[in-house]
Parts: sequence; C-alpha cells; structure tokens
Amino acid sequence: MSQVILKAENISKQYRLGTVGTGTLSHDLNRWWHRVRGKEDPYLKVGSVNDRSTEADSEYVWALKDINFEVQQGEVLGIIGKNGAGKSTLLKILSRVTSPTTGEIKTRGRIASLLEVGTGFHPELTGRENIYLNGAILGMTKKEIRAKEAEIIDFSGCARYVDTPVKRYSSGMRVRLAFAVAAFLEPDILVIDEVLAVGDAEFQKKAIGKMQDISQGEGRTVLFVSHNMAAVKSLCTRAIVLVHGQTAFEGTAQDGVDFYLNLEENSSQGSSEIDYSENPVGDLGVKLLKVSTEDDYGKLRSTFLQSENIIVKIKFYLNENIKGLRFNLTVKNSAQEIAFATSSHEKTKHLLSEGEYSLELTLPSNLLNNKQYVLMLNAGVPGRQVLIEPIDVLVIDIQNDYSSGSTYIEKWPGLVAPKIQWKLDA
Amino acid sequence: MNTKQEAPWLYTISSKHSLLDLNLKEIWRYRDLLFLFVKRDIVTVYKQTILGPLWYLIQPLFTSVIFTLIFNRMGGIQTGPVPPFLFNLAGITAWNYFKECFMGTSSTFLKNQGIFGKVYFPRAIMPLSITFSNLLKFGIQLFIFGCFYIYYVIDGKTISPNIYLFLFPIYVLMMALLGLGLGMLVSSWTTKYRDLNVLLGFGVSLLMYLSAVPYPIAEAQRKFPDFVAQFVAYNPVSQIVEGFRIMFLSSGTFDWSKLLLTFIISVFTFFIGLLVFNKTEKTFVDSV
Repeated sequence: MSQVILKAENISKQYRLGTVGTGTLSHDLNRWWHRVRGKEDPYLKVGSVNDRSTEADSEYVWALKDINFEVQQGEVLGIIGKNGAGKSTLLKILSRVTSPTTGEIKTRGRIASLLEVGTGFHPELTGRENIYLNGAILGMTKKEIRAKEAEIIDFSGCARYVDTPVKRYSSGMRVRLAFAVAAFLEPDILVIDEVLAVGDAEFQKKAIGKMQDISQGEGRTVLFVSHNMAAVKSLCTRAIVLVHGQTAFEGTAQDGVDFYLNLEENSSQGSSEIDYSENPVGDLGVKLLKVSTEDDYGKLRSTFLQSENIIVKIKFYLNENIKGLRFNLTVKNSAQEIAFATSSHEKTKHLLSEGEYSLELTLPSNLLNNKQYVLMLNAGVPGRQVLIEPIDVLVIDIQNDYSSGSTYIEKWPGLVAPKIQWKLDA
Repeated sequence: MNTKQEAPWLYTISSKHSLLDLNLKEIWRYRDLLFLFVKRDIVTVYKQTILGPLWYLIQPLFTSVIFTLIFNRMGGIQTGPVPPFLFNLAGITAWNYFKECFMGTSSTFLKNQGIFGKVYFPRAIMPLSITFSNLLKFGIQLFIFGCFYIYYVIDGKTISPNIYLFLFPIYVLMMALLGLGLGMLVSSWTTKYRDLNVLLGFGVSLLMYLSAVPYPIAEAQRKFPDFVAQFVAYNPVSQIVEGFRIMFLSSGTFDWSKLLLTFIISVFTFFIGLLVFNKTEKTFVDSV
C-alpha cells in the first residue's frame, strides 16, 4: 500500500579543503585528461572521512560517504547529527541546490525545502508582490498562490502592511511573512531544516504548531533535520543519525534519539568525565581527582533529556584528617548566572581520616531547563579555610522533553524548569 | 522490489548529466516564476529615482551625439541620404539590446549565489527573465528612435523603411538568443575563474567597434585591412546591426545567405550556452 517515495543510493559528496584557488586549474586539467582517456576521476579515490577535529591527511574530504536510505510515503524521517556531520550537505543535495559527487537519489514526488525562509524577497516590492514572487521561487504556480493568498496573509499577521514595500518592514515581520509563504507550500515531500530560531515567541508557537500539523495531521512525507531531540521524538516516525558523513544509525525515532544521546562526543564542550588524577586540583588537604556525569544506568553521558536523572560523581583524596569539610556544587547557565547550588556538608562534616573518597549526587529529572549548564565545584571548611577554589568542571546539555508542561517544542524561560503539577476543575 | 502499482520515478538527482538535456520542460513548468522575475526587474529598477525610465533614453541619445561628432564630422564617414545622427541612433538601439542581454546575463551565477544556494528552480529562468525585461528598455529606445525618425521625415529627409521590416521580430529574436547564449557561457565560466569578468568590460566595448555600430559594413570593407573587414562582415552582431538599419533606413545591403548564417550562429550559440549553463548549475554552489 505505501510505496517508497524517495530512495537514496550511495550518496557521496566530496569537497576540497582549503582555498579553491591556484590549484584548481591543474586539477581540472588532470580530471579532464582522465575523462578524455575514459578513466575515472583520479580525485575520487582520495579523501578522508569528515572528522572536523582531526588534522586532515588529504586535500579532499568526504562530507557524505555512501548514504543509503528509503522514505515511505507519509513517513516523517528525522535526520540527526552533530554540527558538521553532513546534515546540511544532505539537505542541499535533496533540495537540488548542489548535486552529489557520486550516487543518486530517485524520487516519485516533488521535493520542496524550507532551507531558509524569505529567499528572494525584494525590498522594493510590497508584501503581496513578495508573496507571489517567493511562492513561485519555492515552486508554486500563480494559481496555487492566489488560492492561498488570503490564508497566507492571515497566518503572517501582516494584513495591515501587505501593500507596503517590504523594506519598511521590521525584521520580525519579514520573517513572519516569509514563513507564512513557506508554510502553505504543498509539495509531495517537504524538507525542513531548523528554521525555528526566528521570530518572536508567539510566532514561534504558531510556526511549530503548523509544522506539527504538516507532519502529523496531513500525512505528508517530511524529512526533518534538527538538533532538537524532543522535536524529533515527537514528530518523526523514523530517524537516521549521521556521524562524520556516514550513516551511523537507522531505525525508529526513539532509538535514534537514544543512539544520538549516547554518542560519546555529542556535547559541544565535549566530555562527560574530567580526570584530575595526573594533576590534582587543590594543594591543601583535599585533592580533587575526578568528576563525571552518568545516567541511571551508569553510562557516562554529557547530554541528557529533561526527564532523566543526572548522577554526578566526585572522587577526591584527603592528605590529612579533616573535620567540617564540604563540597559545593553550583549549577550555572552558560552566562554564568547561578541556577542553584547544593552542598555535601551534611554528609562530610564529621571527622574524615586520610584516604580516597567518592561523593555521588543526583540532579533530579524534570528540574533543569532546555539549555546548557556549567557545573562548578568548590570545597572548604566553612568559616575557616578554602580548600579548593571554585572551578568549572563539566558542561552538560539538557534536551527538551516537555517537562515545563507545554506540549509545544519551544524555548522556555527560566534558569530551571521544574515539573509542576497542574489541576483542572470543571 | 518492483511491484505493479509502483509509479515510475519522477526524477533523479545525480551528478550525471546527459549531454543534450536542455531541461526545457522544467523551464516551462516554472513560467510563472519567469513572469514574476520580469515584473520584478521592470518595477524595481528605477524606484526612488526622479527621472525613472527616462534614463533609458539619455544613454543612447548622448552616445549618438558623440558618435556623430567623432565618426561623421571628424572622421568623415558617409551615411548617404540618412542623417548621421539617425544612422548612429539606429545602430546603438540595436547594439544596446544585444549588449544589455549579454552583460546582464553574464553574471547570473555570481550575482544570484545567495538565492541559488538555498532553493532550486531551473537556473536558466534568471537569464531568461533578464532577456525579457530588457525588451522594455529596448522598446523605449525604439520609441525615441521612432520620434527622431518622424522628425527627420517631416524635416524633408528622404528616408524610408522597406519590405524587410517584416523581418524585425526575427532580428530581435537573434539579438536575444545571441546575447543570452554568450551571457550564459560567460556566467558559467566565471563561477570558477573570475578572469573573464575583467575581460568582459573592455571586450564588449571593443566588440562594439568591430560590429559596424558607428559605420556601415561597406565602409569597413573599403577602409579596414582585409581580415578585420572579413571579421566585421561575418560577425553576427554587425549583421544584426546592419540589418536593423536596412529595415528602417534602407541603408546598407541585404543578403539572405548572411541572414541565414547569422540566424544559425545565434541559435547555435544559445543552445551551447544553455547546455554549459545547465551543466554548471549542478555544482556551481561548491566552486563559486
């Protein structure tokens, strides 16, 4: 009943590193010479896997390498991957902005993409004229646009300004208008990149709601590229995870998100464990040896869903017997604003003899907001001695999981977002 | 895996490109976009200028005056019964449309890399729209040419159009195809090698002097060295310019075989340009 609407076979894309400059002519001539003799392009054999952080050993790099997937009609496929994994390249190929170096994509439907809203807006034209122009650029015919004109204007909320040149618009209004046009596209296959970081809060909600309608209600085939795990989980039926330009996982959205979160290096700052044992922090009585973050199953992680507990483990060594010791853990956002702090005093205030200890605490689920936090640690005996100066130890990423109670995927205000019980009485 | 009810693939995205794929079907599907681009170009060019489209008139008029002073008064080029000013204005009007099409389309990829990098539509829509919107400019310049024409007729000059005026649409088509074809070729090459852009500026003005704009082809045959005269005679642009003057002013000699040759060259240039252009559009985003 449901048929394969899109099929990607061995998609690869090669880029040349560094500046494209003086070398290109000689390479072009070499390519041409090989082609004339009926041989394969010599530069397709070289090239290394695309790992951003390692030093390149070849001038060429594979942004995508042998990507294969199929999309069924009506399916919502999530494409996940960290920055530089090849998501955007894949999108560009799908939307035919550039073509793959090898391999091919076959499709049974028209593909339209929302790579960037507002493409082709002309500042001198009025809002209405730009609706037509932008719609046509995105592949609609004039008739289709005319049929939806009223809806588009209404959705954008710019009715008053629709006959004013777009250059007089505020940037927010421009984005609203642009998204409104894109939202009323009706291609067979819709490719959506993360376009949600634009517009004011009210409009974001509208936009996300519309996207949910598109992908859920209308049974459209959608390819959804996102960093937002909650969005992928709630919108997608299936997911593929890209790592270094290769497909690392393909399966259900839920499993895909789990796989992505379990990838070792998916946090922007990188690590779930910091080991000081070579070079211990603190030269007085206390030496900090190791700090790590784990999930409930003891797996080292640095990215967590809001609905997960975060277990912080602190390993330290005492050079001498200490009484009244305490460790303080401070949770800050990336702007260094303190969300809250907690202390080990109750457990460590009695006399502790020389030796190695470890502390464990649980940051409860449904407490932190959907953002990045910095864990800061300090130690001392209150009123007497500072043993370890405040030090930023780890960075954790929290992914939205609706703990705020909102079922929209959106930025939620507040340093924390604890789960609060609501009650509705009729 | 193929079952009966599966529809055939609609299209395939790959790096392969059949040599003779002109993509005309898709261009037709996007005709509304073509129309909207033309409208946009026409509406927006002279917004917030005081004289607006009058600027279209000033350039050819002044150039004609200068040409008349230099080539006819000083250089002594004879234009027969036709007033030199009108002769030059005719040449420039024809030349301008070709030049505008050529120059306007030659930077298609560089100018539109922003929009081309984000959405797909047949890229050829862009140069096509420029060619169409230039028609308006051409029309206005033709109108001012007509005004001076009538003035000179009333003034008692013996000028008249002739039967070849019926070929006018063919000449316009040739100008458009030639300018568009060359422009698409250049714009494809400049995505990787920018040298051509530098060359283009003075190359085009040199071409004008070798395209019989300020003089009749017969004059070139008399005074130029042989190989230059041959170039001028077979240069499709000078054929078009001369043909334009034959139609309106009965000045020059008409030759069906030359017309046919010019037509073939124009069509050929257009198709080569479109082929190279279509090939470039697939990967230009990576190399621009």
